[in-house]
Amino acid sequence: MTGKVRMDPILSVQNLSTAFKVERAWRPVVRGVSFDIGPKETVALVGESGSGKSVTALSIMRLTPRDSSRVTGSVALGGRDLLKLPDAEMRKVRGDDIAMIFQEPMTSLNPVLTIGFQIAEALILHRGLSRSAAEAETVRLLEKVRIPAAKSRIHDYPHRFSGGMRQRVMIAMALACRPKLLIADEPTTALDVTIQSQILELIKALQEEEGMSVLFITHDMGVVAEIADRTVVMYGGEAVETGATDDIFKRATHPYTRMLLSAVPRLGSMTEHARPLPFPEIDRSTGLPLPQDEIPDTVAHAERPVLQVKDLTTRFTITGGLLGRPRGRVHAVEKVSFDLRQGETLALVGESGCGKSTTGRSVMRLIEPQSGSVLLDGEDIMALGERDLRERRKLMQMIFQDPFASLDPRMTIGAAIAEPLAINKLASRSAAREQTAELLRRVGLSPDMASRFPHEFSGGQRQRICIARALAVRPRLIVADESVSALDVSVKAQVINLMLELQASLQLAYLFISHDMAVVERVSHRVAVMYLGEIVEIGPRAAIFGNPQHPYTRRLLAAVPIPDPARRHEKHRVTNEELKSPIRPLGFEPPDRLYREVSPGHMVQLPSEGPSEAGLPVAA
Amino acid sequence: MAGSTLASPSADAVALVPDPAAVAAPRPRGSETWRRFRRHRLATVSALLLGVIVAGVLLGPWLWPVRIDEIDFAATLQGPSWQHPFGTDDLGQDLLARMIYGGRISLAVGFAAMLVSTIVGVIVGSLAGMSRGMLQGLLMWVTDLFLSLPQLPLLLLVIYLFRDKLKAAFGVEGGIFVMIVVVIGGLRWMPVARLVRAQFLSLREKEFVEAARAMGASRSRQVVRHILPNAIGPVIVAGTIEVSAAIIAESTLSFLGLGFPPDIPTWGRILFDAKDQLDTAPHWAMFPGAAIFLTVLSINFIGDGLRDALDPRRVI
Repeated sequence: MTGKVRMDPILSVQNLSTAFKVERAWRPVVRGVSFDIGPKETVALVGESGSGKSVTALSIMRLTPRDSSRVTGSVALGGRDLLKLPDAEMRKVRGDDIAMIFQEPMTSLNPVLTIGFQIAEALILHRGLSRSAAEAETVRLLEKVRIPAAKSRIHDYPHRFSGGMRQRVMIAMALACRPKLLIADEPTTALDVTIQSQILELIKALQEEEGMSVLFITHDMGVVAEIADRTVVMYGGEAVETGATDDIFKRATHPYTRMLLSAVPRLGSMTEHARPLPFPEIDRSTGLPLPQDEIPDTVAHAERPVLQVKDLTTRFTITGGLLGRPRGRVHAVEKVSFDLRQGETLALVGESGCGKSTTGRSVMRLIEPQSGSVLLDGEDIMALGERDLRERRKLMQMIFQDPFASLDPRMTIGAAIAEPLAINKLASRSAAREQTAELLRRVGLSPDMASRFPHEFSGGQRQRICIARALAVRPRLIVADESVSALDVSVKAQVINLMLELQASLQLAYLFISHDMAVVERVSHRVAVMYLGEIVEIGPRAAIFGNPQHPYTRRLLAAVPIPDPARRHEKHRVTNEELKSPIRPLGFEPPDRLYREVSPGHMVQLPSEGPSEAGLPVAA
Repeated sequence: MAGSTLASPSADAVALVPDPAAVAAPRPRGSETWRRFRRHRLATVSALLLGVIVAGVLLGPWLWPVRIDEIDFAATLQGPSWQHPFGTDDLGQDLLARMIYGGRISLAVGFAAMLVSTIVGVIVGSLAGMSRGMLQGLLMWVTDLFLSLPQLPLLLLVIYLFRDKLKAAFGVEGGIFVMIVVVIGGLRWMPVARLVRAQFLSLREKEFVEAARAMGASRSRQVVRHILPNAIGPVIVAGTIEVSAAIIAESTLSFLGLGFPPDIPTWGRILFDAKDQLDTAPHWAMFPGAAIFLTVLSINFIGDGLRDALDPRRVI
């Protein structure tokens, strides 16, 4: 914290520069970055993608490719300059003095070795323990990272662990040699928000217990506010601002920092606004937000809803064994019902595995649901034959999470945008070209970009292209499946603003699927919270965020990191609850759910003796 | 990065073109691919080389009008000279003329067999890759069955059964040609089918295919427009290997006496005829060997070049 007495730093990075060789020219990626990390201190490196934050960490560890990179400056660890150490010495430093954990807990563990073996291996190699001593130490480490029943789990393989648990194993492995410094490169980015808060709490607690320093790399200002004592803001390979986290958040001086902060969606920032609100425009020179107008009410309250979903149920059968007999069912979507009006945004929120994406795909019949009805403009989508369904899909379009994956890499973006027109034979070739130009302009791109390929664009531009493609057939409903989750904050703000603007001008209805509560608060009119395939709470946005009734909604909201360091002490507990699985035995039929109306339009599922409630803390 | 400063959505597009007519039409796909192909130096050289070889065997008879079966016992096993640029064989026949004649057969067999095996492989592989039910199991079962067939006995059987009928239908050379192409192509489609199926299995779950489905694209459109073009890279490489394999397989068959009759020279046949005289007349083996080697090599490089040129993600 700010009051901490500054001692000699554990790690002192001075004037660190890293350049990569790209086509025989040296391209600087990190330029003159300097910062110190004191004992027991957490320093956050924060920045958007491409800002050089991960390369900085790799340069400290000397893990950049030897032949195609050049690192200059100095990295002093306890008086030794790491950049000048011989390779053999450096290998000892890695793991012994500095340990690192990565973003993807799924791929950083070897799938064919037990986790006990993988941790013990590090102990035997680095600390020279005997096998039995290493095993005992492994159990102790796993207990330390709060893995339940650690002793019985050391002989399990990684696939038996969930993402959050795997990240705990990675942390246990990093702690194996009692490092002085832990470098955590986006360790919670791939995790769900409740799991993220658990891991953050765990890192904080371990830091106290072990007395180590942490270099925490993240793009999420909320996480920074939760965990960091000091913060280094990186932009374009340079450290543009360094300071205590409190100061950065309250008195940021650099325009980029201010811009980053004002682009961060904040939970609770919408309490005074009844309708969705675009992100404020930022004055580029000062980084301060400009005053903005409320957008008009876009919802057509009087008309029949564009989309009426009733008792939608989608289950997947799990087969196993020699003959592929069904073993169980994933109840991905269970009797989900909602309405969506023209010009309205309904957000489906929940954590991974809750069935929100499956709901979106089932509505479009990209996945065949088991039962239920989906009325689009009063017409039952479920009853349509394949030909009619293809015809009807014009009216509902989808925007996917990963704009790069959802564009055919071998098609120019002009062809990609014209594709829906060609499929539905809506326009001649020349008319399609004109419409493509118009659509590109509409989403803020230049029409002469039409002949380029998707890989030539940035992430935000690609998502704009996907939006343009979805708009080409003049749909009434757009299913946006995590459409902004993969984007950097400032780009995310732009894309959301574009979506809101298009909603106002085209009267679009959005089914906005997201796990990001802060974004949902900004864009949606109504919110449906999904848990284990069921909607546990649905209602107007203000009611869900202001007066959450269901314990799961409360837990979800409480887990969202708040980008305000002053509020970080409001919650403190390390739990190790896991996400529940929606896999049920064959023949399982969930009980009928009852809903209670809290206020007009705000429905909450009543607790019953089902598995849905199991393991949830009772509302305090 | 364009997105690093927050701005209104339209502020990014600085270069707005006001007139729709000024919208640049996409560069014609073919010329762009050709431009990219030419950047691949080895592939360009290989294309030139293959062009020379193909032109040579096509136009050769006019430029070098020597009979292939003119026996001259006075000039057996001669090294290259002005009279016989590639030398002569043990019967004194002119090797250049025989190479030209044999090249036509060898190249035709190679390309035709490649086409057969690739087309069959792509069809079987894509059917297996797109269907989720019984069909995919059945097709892969058939593929495995074909993979496990012993090729040589099967060849003997096919030739024993069909040689005379095909000879009657297509003539001596034509009949053998059809038979060899069908046999080689029909026994070598399995690797391509497996490759295509594996590509399809991963591509069909890709989001851009799902996006096409969400736009209302029919199954065949998904396959033809989206999946196949993305799966084609490895298929091209596999196809070029098929050409070389077919040329070599034809040589084997000729050697066993199952291919073309001994008096019809093919590159493989010449090579095998030459094997007994390697120490006394190395040129006899060297020319057909070099021809097969250069053809196979250049086809492989052309395949690499094509794969890169057809993949817009690759910066060249």
